[in-house]
Amino acid sequence: MNRPETMTIQQKKKKRGKIRVDDLQLFALSLPTTIWYLLFCYIPMFGILIAFKKYKVAPGKGFLWSLIHNSPWCGLDNFKFLFSSNMKTTIAMFRNTVGYNIVFIVLNIVIPVALAILISHLYSKRLAKVCQTSIFLPHFLSWVVVGYFVYAFLATNEGLVNNVLISMGINPIRWYQKEAIGYWPFILVFLNVWKNMGYNMIVYMASINGIDGSLYEAAVIDGASKHQQTRYITLPLLKPVIIIMFIMAVGRIFNSDFGLFYRTTRNSSGLYNAFVTLDVYVYNSLFKSTIPTYGYASAAGFIQSVLGCLTLLASNAVVSKVDKENAFF
Amino acid sequence: MAIRAKKKQEEYNALDAKKNASNLSDGMLRFNCVRPAANVAYSLLFIALALVCVLPVVFVAIISITSEQSIGQYGYSFFPKQLSLSSYRYVWNMRDLVGRAFLNSVGITVVGTCIGVILTAAMGYTLSRKSYKFRGFFTYFIFIPMLFHGGTLSSYVVNTQILGLKDTYWALILPICCSSFNIIIMRTFFTTTVPDEMIESGKIDGANQLRIFAQLVLPICLPALATIALFLTFAYWNEWYLASIYISSNRTDLFPLQYILVSIEEKIQFLINNAGFMGADAQDMPSETMRMAIVVIAVVPIMFAYPFFQKYYISGLTVGAVKG
Repeated sequence: MNRPETMTIQQKKKKRGKIRVDDLQLFALSLPTTIWYLLFCYIPMFGILIAFKKYKVAPGKGFLWSLIHNSPWCGLDNFKFLFSSNMKTTIAMFRNTVGYNIVFIVLNIVIPVALAILISHLYSKRLAKVCQTSIFLPHFLSWVVVGYFVYAFLATNEGLVNNVLISMGINPIRWYQKEAIGYWPFILVFLNVWKNMGYNMIVYMASINGIDGSLYEAAVIDGASKHQQTRYITLPLLKPVIIIMFIMAVGRIFNSDFGLFYRTTRNSSGLYNAFVTLDVYVYNSLFKSTIPTYGYASAAGFIQSVLGCLTLLASNAVVSKVDKENAFF
Repeated sequence: MAIRAKKKQEEYNALDAKKNASNLSDGMLRFNCVRPAANVAYSLLFIALALVCVLPVVFVAIISITSEQSIGQYGYSFFPKQLSLSSYRYVWNMRDLVGRAFLNSVGITVVGTCIGVILTAAMGYTLSRKSYKFRGFFTYFIFIPMLFHGGTLSSYVVNTQILGLKDTYWALILPICCSSFNIIIMRTFFTTTVPDEMIESGKIDGANQLRIFAQLVLPICLPALATIALFLTFAYWNEWYLASIYISSNRTDLFPLQYILVSIEEKIQFLINNAGFMGADAQDMPSETMRMAIVVIAVVPIMFAYPFFQKYYISGLTVGAVKG
């Protein structure tokens, strides 16, 4: 009665053999998705080569024609520009992209883990549920909407914060001007943590709920305090999830949450150095400048794609060392 | 020894406090909970956090019903001196713009979610079948885009120059309807919930793979479909980036609601211009409160929907986070 085994042998046989009707039917089923992937993921991959072209407009022709027929290959010229005359912005955007991400990674692990453990201690499960649902709310809002929330608090004339400052006799601050640039790193970090807290908390709460209750029972019988239980049971059992979340975040260290940096700051030129990241730079130079600088934008995009790919591969290599089960591929 | 006894006493106190909590059935839990003082502290902490997350929405809602004069005098406030619904009246007068955008958002969300769920489920299902000959190839096929992407510019060039999506609804739907992340979640669901025996039994009954997928697999995977549908619904409803790239600023008929918000943030003039030809009186338009009124219109559907669908959302998150 070892039917499953014989079935797998049969399947293996089939797999080695010719293409079956089944395979064709399954292929037909996945065909629309395959076409989508070709159009929206694979064809654009070749566009990365724009970084090595010197774009010149051919009058009366479209972008693509100009690109292919009128723009000579220029080697690394676009990169040279990015790292010579544009140095200040380049440094700022790399510093911001990586720097903010490092702070986000640390805070988005420490705070949600702490909150997930604390919320599991609450007596009232109903209160826990209501609070968890409320904390989840920002995750469902767009950065555009959050940008308006921020504006309601920080607007120069009407904003709540300035009203409070005035009523306390302190000079109001023009939050969207250069004078407030020192505050924005903190505001951006706060907003990121605020928006992602609920999401991350739920990931950790799910793992905590999955912990075998008998472990705690045994600990109580041995006289372990709540603190000791957290230290010696909950945290060690959360470690794999924490590691995976950490490494996944590290793999995306060259990507930035465009909406956070662009919408909440209202793209104010005075604050530019505090919020320019690779994504913001690419977007601004493509869609917001009067003469789009395709070359430099694509050079920055190229660096982002390549470095992003490398860090993801590296982090995956680390995951498969730590825990083969959780490696991506 | 004394400390031990004290701790025991505290545990009994905790027990007393919990006696009223009727939903506590697990006997062991009763002896193993934090001190009442800690419970109060934690409760206060979480109530504070919940307020921090919810109050901004309330604040914006209050601003939207504050009178413009009150804002001019006292600024935004949680306790306005004077209330007024004129902002909503103006939004109603501009229903050709805002109402249309609302319908656009609804339409894009519905169509995009349907297309996305079908594409995701079909690919996820084929990848979950161990006997599928091209399984290995297609697994890599959907993994590679997770690693490497062409960047904003090349996507833009392909979508506008080759696919001709500029200024169409499809530009707001197609680019985000599928994602490798969702396909992997779907594949994990299918692998764990659809046994090979079921597929075999379908085949014995003479069904082809398409029919097995549509009539056998999908009905038992409704929770998984709901999860992906929710991911997509919220993603589409909150989408503004695609509109800012692919929709020209004069094609207001294509604007989704979120992009109306972006436009009026960038220039309030946009509202006044559009109010002009729509017959609304631009002179005494309550521009400040009106913006907040549109924010409220964009947020309210989500606020009332997500608590009910959270369950499905969370099941997707946990699968996705563990196997991602």
